[in-house]
Amino acid sequence: MPTTFMSRNDLLLFLGFTIVVLAMPIWLAPFGAGYPDLLQRFMIYGIFAVGFNILFGLTGYLSFGHAAFFGVGSYTAVWSFKLLTLDAIPAMVFAVIVSALFALVIGFLCLRRSGIYFSILTLAFAQMSYNLAYSVLTPITNGETGLQLTLNDPRVLDAAIGQTFVGQPVPTLFGQQLSGYAGFYFCAGFLILAFFFAQRITGSPFGMMLKSIKSNQTRMQFTGFNTRPYALSAFVISGMYAGLAGALLAVTDPLAGAERMQWTASGEVVLMTILGGVGTLVGPVIGAWIIKYFENILSALNDNILARFWSFLPDGMADFMVTVTSKFVGDGWHLTLGLLFVIIVIFLPGGIMEGVRRIAAAVRRSGTPAAKTQTQPAE
Amino acid sequence: MFEVIFLQFLNGLDKGAAYALIALGLTLVFGTLGVVNFAHGALFMLGAFCAVTVRMFLTMETVTIDPTKLSPWGSPLEVREPLVQAWLGDFGAVLVNYSVPFSILITIPIMLLVGIALERGIIKHFYKRPHAEQILVTFGLAIVAQEVIKSIFGPNPIPQPMPTDLRGAADIGAFLGMQANVITYPLWRLIYFVFSAVVIAGVFAFLQFTTFGMVVRAGMADRETVGLLGINIDRRFTVMFGLAAVVAGMAGVMYTPLLPPNYHLGMDFLVLSFVVVVVGGMGSLPGAVAAGFLLGILQSFASMTQVKAIVPGIDQIIIYLVAVVILLVRPRGLLGRRGVMES
Repeated sequence: MPTTFMSRNDLLLFLGFTIVVLAMPIWLAPFGAGYPDLLQRFMIYGIFAVGFNILFGLTGYLSFGHAAFFGVGSYTAVWSFKLLTLDAIPAMVFAVIVSALFALVIGFLCLRRSGIYFSILTLAFAQMSYNLAYSVLTPITNGETGLQLTLNDPRVLDAAIGQTFVGQPVPTLFGQQLSGYAGFYFCAGFLILAFFFAQRITGSPFGMMLKSIKSNQTRMQFTGFNTRPYALSAFVISGMYAGLAGALLAVTDPLAGAERMQWTASGEVVLMTILGGVGTLVGPVIGAWIIKYFENILSALNDNILARFWSFLPDGMADFMVTVTSKFVGDGWHLTLGLLFVIIVIFLPGGIMEGVRRIAAAVRRSGTPAAKTQTQPAE
Repeated sequence: MFEVIFLQFLNGLDKGAAYALIALGLTLVFGTLGVVNFAHGALFMLGAFCAVTVRMFLTMETVTIDPTKLSPWGSPLEVREPLVQAWLGDFGAVLVNYSVPFSILITIPIMLLVGIALERGIIKHFYKRPHAEQILVTFGLAIVAQEVIKSIFGPNPIPQPMPTDLRGAADIGAFLGMQANVITYPLWRLIYFVFSAVVIAGVFAFLQFTTFGMVVRAGMADRETVGLLGINIDRRFTVMFGLAAVVAGMAGVMYTPLLPPNYHLGMDFLVLSFVVVVVGGMGSLPGAVAAGFLLGILQSFASMTQVKAIVPGIDQIIIYLVAVVILLVRPRGLLGRRGVMES
């Protein structure tokens, strides 16, 4: 629709998403997740997953190294806090720029290959960054300890306007401390913005080009399009999203460690995207929320809580159930994640969004048996 | 100078041997079934934990209290004796001592079963699916295997002693007619290298000189035609998956004295062996073996202090750097076939 800014469906989706995100502290409270620390992580990993989906969901290139950009974003933000100012905005700007440059270089090299070769190349670059951050680049990354703010950082800009801090320095926004719900709404604003841009990209001619790279790259090339600039743009954009998410994590908790760049962290964002639904707009965000929610809830459970939960059973059976279920919670919650993931990939490759779509289709079919056109919901 | 280089070369061999064995199995699975198996590192780890389990059973002890003797602290002396030793006498003692090589005998059937069950149970349903989904499901399986091991054996590495007779170092320099005690090399690493050479040769011989291997090779070249000839190629490919699992498992068992196994052993080796496979060329068995040894030796040279003084941090990234360079200048890896995995 060229005359209107957004189609009606898009607008509704965007408004709905905004309301759901902003109201999270209210509707998540009954689930025991209504506290700012977790909500901030929901927002941050939501941004990360939305960005990853722009690459994997639209172009089909499976990157196993996106955590590198996330880590680079974190390090850049912390350095901006240390050297320039504790204000969050410059840190975010620098983080996005630096991770975009990283993504440009790495993407330029990796996109010369496709398929599994691309995945391995991105993995190789991410592991290189991780290993270097741990060893030789210790002056920049502070190695195993992680980069953190100290009282005697120079903070040139803050010093210039005569701003001083008492106690442990924390990131601010125009002098306002970004902790608690202020931090959450700061991150939420960025998630909504990130979602908006992703929506615009998906609906744009550029987004169509990316989708056609996924469905048939050879045909695109025969039609006379050079696909590489498009794929590279998608790679850089998703790298910028990752950098933004990394910077936000540094804003809410100004400590950057190398383990953020490890390949298991890259695997996590792949899991989020798949779990929610590859190629859909809200899917990756939902996937990120679910994984972070269960990580938080399941890893906090212990034997005592389980014993209380199973206490309605006869003694022997209750003990047995506690022993069995304790393998799946606490430290063992990764086992639950792995099982869930295997089941999703086997039975529901489209992720949760496909499940929702199937249920919706089934409901519609049973509700109006005469309806003969099954329109796919807008993605 | 020559001695130093030769020693580094030797040092790279055992790690290279492990890479080569894992990469061989990965390539075997990819070449036959066309599946990118991210759970292969987990099979390596499972093999290592077979050795741990065998040793746990072998070292179960009986504790009897000998009232006639006193321990240095004045309490009755506790006599601990491994059950196996009590039952089998000296042979039992040898068994405990040689638990690691002995575990191989038990690991082979276990890994064969695990491999076949995995292929029939899950991987079978993924032949027609995109490679991305194969990567994802096997990645999930790898997480599950890793977490199961963690919940059984705990998060800490479990050291496995090597047999007492094989603990020393071999004086390879003297053996080759050079000055004595210049080039010495731990005996177990030498054994690991010889072992892997035997296994690799065995796999190649199996594929090259048996009818079964011939059919499998034909199936790798053109699966459909072989199927049309009335040969049940699927069953043979399942066996090949089992074989790949056995190779990975054996590699894991023999590696335990060199590196105490813990639950993320598989993931640590997986990334590197994938790099090895890609460098060697997807689907090329000789390529996988060659690249395994090549990268192992390169890594060993990169960790020399003289090299690190010139390029700091090179030991951390050499493998990935080589992989990036090779993939960019030789897209199919060292010995890759045309048209494999190029979507």
